[in-house]
Amino acid sequence: MKAPKRKIKPEAAKKPKLAVFKFTSCDGCQLSLLDAEDVLLDVVDAVEIAYFVEARDRRLPGPYDVTLVEGSISTPEHIEQIQEIREQSKFLIAIGACATAGGIQALRNWRDVDEFVRIVYAHPEYIDALQTSTPISDYVQVDFELRGCPINKYQLLDVVTSLLIGKQPRTPTYSVCMECKRRGTPCVMVSRGIPCLGPVTQAGCNAICPAVNRGCFGCYGPHEAPNTDALGQHLEDLGMTSAEIVRLYRNFSGYADAFRLASDVYEEMMA
Amino acid sequence: MPDLTPTIGAFASVEKAALQSILDALKGAGYTLIGPTLGEGAIIYDEIQGIDDLPRGWRDHQEPAAYRLQRREDDAYFGFVVGPHSWKKYLFPPRQSLMKVQRKDGTFQVTDEPDPPPRYAFIGVRGCELQAIHIQDKVFLGGPYQDAHYKARRQQSFVLAVNCTEPGGTCFCASMGSGPRAGAGFDLALTELDDIFIVEVGSEVGAMMMRESGWRPAGAFELQQAREALAAAEKNMGRHLDTSDLPNLLYQNLENARWDDVARRCLSCANCTMVCPTCFCNDVLEVSDLSGKNVERVRVWDSCFSIEFSHVHGGNIRPHTRARYRQWLTHKFASWIDQFGVIGCVGCGRCITWCPAGIDVTAEVAAIRGEV
Amino acid sequence: MLNTILTPSSPASAPGPMLSHPARILDIKEEAYAIATYRIQFEDPALREAYRFKAGQFNMLYVPGIGEVPISMSSDPAEPGVIGHTIRYAGNVTRAISRLQVGDVMGVRGPYGSAWPLSRIEGEDLCIVTGGIGLAPLRPVIYHVLRHRQRYGRVYLLYGARTPDDMLYEDEFEQWKQQGIKLFLTVDRADAAWKGNVGVVPMLFYQLRLNPKKTTVLTCGPEIMIHFVIHEAIARRIPKERIYVSMERNMKCGVGLCGHCQFGPTFVCKEGPVFSYAAIEPFFGVEEF
Repeated sequence: MKAPKRKIKPEAAKKPKLAVFKFTSCDGCQLSLLDAEDVLLDVVDAVEIAYFVEARDRRLPGPYDVTLVEGSISTPEHIEQIQEIREQSKFLIAIGACATAGGIQALRNWRDVDEFVRIVYAHPEYIDALQTSTPISDYVQVDFELRGCPINKYQLLDVVTSLLIGKQPRTPTYSVCMECKRRGTPCVMVSRGIPCLGPVTQAGCNAICPAVNRGCFGCYGPHEAPNTDALGQHLEDLGMTSAEIVRLYRNFSGYADAFRLASDVYEEMMA
Repeated sequence: MPDLTPTIGAFASVEKAALQSILDALKGAGYTLIGPTLGEGAIIYDEIQGIDDLPRGWRDHQEPAAYRLQRREDDAYFGFVVGPHSWKKYLFPPRQSLMKVQRKDGTFQVTDEPDPPPRYAFIGVRGCELQAIHIQDKVFLGGPYQDAHYKARRQQSFVLAVNCTEPGGTCFCASMGSGPRAGAGFDLALTELDDIFIVEVGSEVGAMMMRESGWRPAGAFELQQAREALAAAEKNMGRHLDTSDLPNLLYQNLENARWDDVARRCLSCANCTMVCPTCFCNDVLEVSDLSGKNVERVRVWDSCFSIEFSHVHGGNIRPHTRARYRQWLTHKFASWIDQFGVIGCVGCGRCITWCPAGIDVTAEVAAIRGEV
Repeated sequence: MLNTILTPSSPASAPGPMLSHPARILDIKEEAYAIATYRIQFEDPALREAYRFKAGQFNMLYVPGIGEVPISMSSDPAEPGVIGHTIRYAGNVTRAISRLQVGDVMGVRGPYGSAWPLSRIEGEDLCIVTGGIGLAPLRPVIYHVLRHRQRYGRVYLLYGARTPDDMLYEDEFEQWKQQGIKLFLTVDRADAAWKGNVGVVPMLFYQLRLNPKKTTVLTCGPEIMIHFVIHEAIARRIPKERIYVSMERNMKCGVGLCGHCQFGPTFVCKEGPVFSYAAIEPFFGVEEF
């Protein structure tokens, strides 16, 4: 039987347009893309980089096939911009702890921002900031969230590859402990009594912190079934005070639901 | 001239330092030595060169959610029990390439020529761990489909077992019938006494490795000492688990309120399954380059504690921790027997020690039995 | 020392049970919304020649770069040279298959799993109860019965779909009827042209009279449907041993090595997917088991 001719795949005819935008953040996540030297040329080959201020001057208008958004929404201007970006984007990916959980700057969500502004700036009247720093998904529909502070470049490549070959991107939603044990690191909490958020944090970083004798900071945010109550009790047993537990949970992804709720309870217990 | 090779089944006595000559013989025979050694705040399994790499003079204090290295008063070579690693990391590696797939000319080609498998000599395999290896043999080699990767590594591995004379705080091998004495399947088995090792010869290869050790037949007094040490160890277990009527007990308690109770404590972090020497569940990742033309299929350790583990179209079979913990415990202590003819637990205590929440399987089974 | 090799290396393990083989798509037939039947053939003539499967078994289908998925065979086991798979586009792999065209290649390994007990139930009446795409793994049973019509008694097919448009294999119904298969159809939502039953599949039991002494029930579909089918069958005093169920679980390897498809004491890829209800009764219906 003779096979009929295949029609040309659309991606062969036209490279997908990639855009990278940023809001309140440190740029570290988008640099992960540039940091992927070994395959960067392949990426440039496979997609048309239409908008990526960190990488090139050319700025092509939308619509974009894939848009990576770094950073949290923290000014009124951001809200308008992200809505416009959403309209211009077929597939919008929030990258990093800022874009997916508000970032470390979300610490201000627990405080009075106007007071900070008065203290810090000589001309507070020039500052137009929101009271909160929150994730992209608080304002627009997000098609995929890539967690981490910073994101893992291999995960980013995996997501880009998935989109290029027609696969719904998927990254693990289980605990950091799975990666930690796969790489053979003995549990730092069990063997050294070091407080660690690994058992409630999503994998993706390849458990780098426990591998250098540090507890997990929770950069990747809560995993799929975070039991912060049980972990909190264990942290107490390790001798941590409520204030210390609050600080542990309120870190790079501290404003993510499960971590925020847990830290709020411990803050209440401090009083 | 006397024959330097002991017979299989013989008990020999060697000076402690002579262990080095056995290790040298293994190296000479092309084995890579894997054994216990100090690392990352624990006694882990890693490549060793000789007896100086062993954690001589150390013990591991273990209790639920706690593990601490402590100096011993003596300089015993094997004065500790089992740590965070198990031998499965060598026989069933946490990440292993299964095959490479290349899309070409409208079809695809698979290359599954594995790298020549390493030839491992496992030094210091405890009774519970030997039983764990037998259990994974049944999983990967006992069914209608054999796992070629496991088989290649397993077939040429050498096992130097060590009988346990000082069980740890979370040990219950005596309950599970896997220790403290190593059962069959070793090449050599040591029992450490004050000044000597008693070596039981389990195989021809094991006997060969003894040739340069200056061994002599173990004396009756020495054997008596070893027997007494093992008998004492059996009575000294940190934990106990009643195995009677196990499958039925769990199958009849699938709705026991204890599952809700343990779900409140369980972190669903999967540490128990990762450190368990028999847990074998795995996932296969499809790692593609940007073009989708070059793909590697990679097998990684998976866990029934991840939600996606049970994903089917339309949802996940076990979305709640209660169901996932029940699956794990029921598998270990009940359905494993239906599947492989043995209990899936060897009583090594790793899941108790390394559970950050200190959940104790022996206590959970006892609670379901109504003993708490 | 390895002393626990329990069985000799089976042919399937050499060169490795995980090895997928290229098979070319001969044709694609749209069956319903997001469901199509692919007829495929191994590229390797030796494999094509040697491949056999039983009704109820499945293959692992593979799209390089995307992954594998277990799919039952929906074609006639007496013609194993061309293999039929009816596929619903649901996950990553099946959606990738939806982008393949006639002449394209996918990977296939198998067959795996247990089969409907076709020889054991010769001489009996068959009551096939199924919903949606659950008819796919039962179509081989129908083909077998049609080929050996005299070996079986009365054959009922109770089939339900969401809407009349969602019915699979409708163009074959007439022929099935002519060869003495009694069809009872139902839909969840009727359209203007539909004159038949509206409602859930198990309700169709009320339209027939079964002889519990010689009826075997074969069922496949959503677990909640199977639950009620079993209820109706048992209410008609059909013994549990003569109720057969095809189960669905997550599978990565298909050969009992990955652990994903566990259902109590069984691996659905090995002891299943087809079980007698008697074998799984203690576990069937246990929430989240």
